[in-house]
Amino acid sequence: MIRVNNISKSYKDVQALQRISFEVQEGELFGLIGPDGAGKTTLMRILMTLLLPDEGQAAMHGLDVVRDYKEIRQLVGYMPGRFSLYQDLSVEENLAFFATVFGTSIEENYALIKDIYQQIEPFKKRLAGKLSGGMKQKLALSCALIHKPKILVLDEPTTGVDAVSRKEFWDMLKKLQTQGITILVSTPYMDEAGLCDRVALMQKGEILRIDPPEQIVANYTRTLLAARSTEMHRLILDLREWDSIDTAYAFGQFAHVTPKKEGLTAYELERYLKTKNHQQLQVHQIAPGIEDVFMALIVGNEE
Amino acid sequence: MKIESINTKVGDAVTSAREKVIEVRNLVKKFGSFVANDHLNFEVYRGEIFGFLGANGAGKTTAMRILCGLSSPTSGELSVGGFDVYRQAEQIKRNIGYMSQKFSLYEDMTVAENIRFYAGIYGISVKQRKEKERVLLQKLQLEDARDKLIASLPLGWKQKLAFSVALLHDPKIIFLDEPTGGVDPITRRQFWDFIYEAAAEGKTIFVTTHYMDEAEYCDRVSIMVDGRIAALDTPEKLKQQFLSEDMNGVFLKLARGAQNGE
Repeated sequence: MIRVNNISKSYKDVQALQRISFEVQEGELFGLIGPDGAGKTTLMRILMTLLLPDEGQAAMHGLDVVRDYKEIRQLVGYMPGRFSLYQDLSVEENLAFFATVFGTSIEENYALIKDIYQQIEPFKKRLAGKLSGGMKQKLALSCALIHKPKILVLDEPTTGVDAVSRKEFWDMLKKLQTQGITILVSTPYMDEAGLCDRVALMQKGEILRIDPPEQIVANYTRTLLAARSTEMHRLILDLREWDSIDTAYAFGQFAHVTPKKEGLTAYELERYLKTKNHQQLQVHQIAPGIEDVFMALIVGNEE
Repeated sequence: MKIESINTKVGDAVTSAREKVIEVRNLVKKFGSFVANDHLNFEVYRGEIFGFLGANGAGKTTAMRILCGLSSPTSGELSVGGFDVYRQAEQIKRNIGYMSQKFSLYEDMTVAENIRFYAGIYGISVKQRKEKERVLLQKLQLEDARDKLIASLPLGWKQKLAFSVALLHDPKIIFLDEPTGGVDPITRRQFWDFIYEAAAEGKTIFVTTHYMDEAEYCDRVSIMVDGRIAALDTPEKLKQQFLSEDMNGVFLKLARGAQNGE
């Protein structure tokens, strides 16, 4: 459904994308996971026919993003990171505007947006500029869907959104997926990777890994230990001081620890931390999460 | 003799821990008929990392603006750093540091110009500023970036620099409004190293975040729902109270019932 082949793009002296290749299958929910500056937005803008690549080709539903841009624009829905809405039009007017631009009407495709739009319909006379963040997000999604696109592209739809709204938003995406829409979504939140069918982990214009999330963590073979004590900051400093430790980072209430040599046991780590007088120690071996893998990949990439 | 020496040590820690630097009693803020803050009560102690969480629209920003002396409460008693928010808003501004993701440094000025600008605002002498600038750039390993425009720096550097600049005038309390959005997971943790370090030096940290793992790094966390503080305790106790494995679970349980939710 989406095919990207060796795409590169530079802005002056900044290489935003370096020979990126991947494919998204029809009906797939595909995630681009990475921090600011990874190249997620640039890649999406190229796929949306809003930006020309320096090198490489990309096709959406078999249509070339440079040559066939007019056809592509009819079959994709795009929710950019900064809101695309007209602040001085009302909720209803924004939706009607997007429908008209695509030569359709709100009534024609109402079924597709019903679940989402109903949540903001009580405020349909309100100006978009006066909506709260979560409501704007729902309106922008409705506007991106009103012409019944085959492919939906969402650029960081959940950035700066609270945990509850984020969960609701992902529930909406899952529902849209069941209606046959192919979805490409980007996010800086590692925990959202697990909600995608497949993800591309991106950093500084490169793809570090593409796989289903469960595969990404399964491929990580290094020993990983988790430790906690009553003093997190001192714990991390003590861990980093020990020459058997490669990395130590806070992960919620635990510090995740990668030893330099494989096979360092929880018992050995605990014995070391006891010599540093840590209280209420808990140390055990754990399976990695996406964030652990991502951090290891970043470090590996920079070396 | 031995016991006495231990007591002095512990005693110091206890007194400093008990020194209240923020006191909020029955804070109410209304916009017309809308109650953004509905009788908030809490205190924050010296050297504490205090997490201020809540859904979008729960009233966090309103409360934070009042604590920073940028907006007046409708009613209630509040003191920040020993100053009264009604009568001493200017002193509050001079004695706190503030950093947000949205506004912190001037993008079209260089690193050195930003430092000079903020030092000027806070009345730091030229001699002191030069020394502070040297130490700061060395600590951040930004000596070579001194004359670069802020716009040209990676986001992670900007955040660390913004945090250091907010500490330039040696404030007692520093307010951080979603300081770590958008950066990679390693840079985000490096930022927390800075926070821990500042707290260990006795600075009080008041921080908002949407990353629930970061809520775990706070000494205490308050969670706002519909303009009220729905829960306030250590992360450990909150997890016990709401029978959740992690802070994400606590947050979802509390915020899901929100009325003003979006």
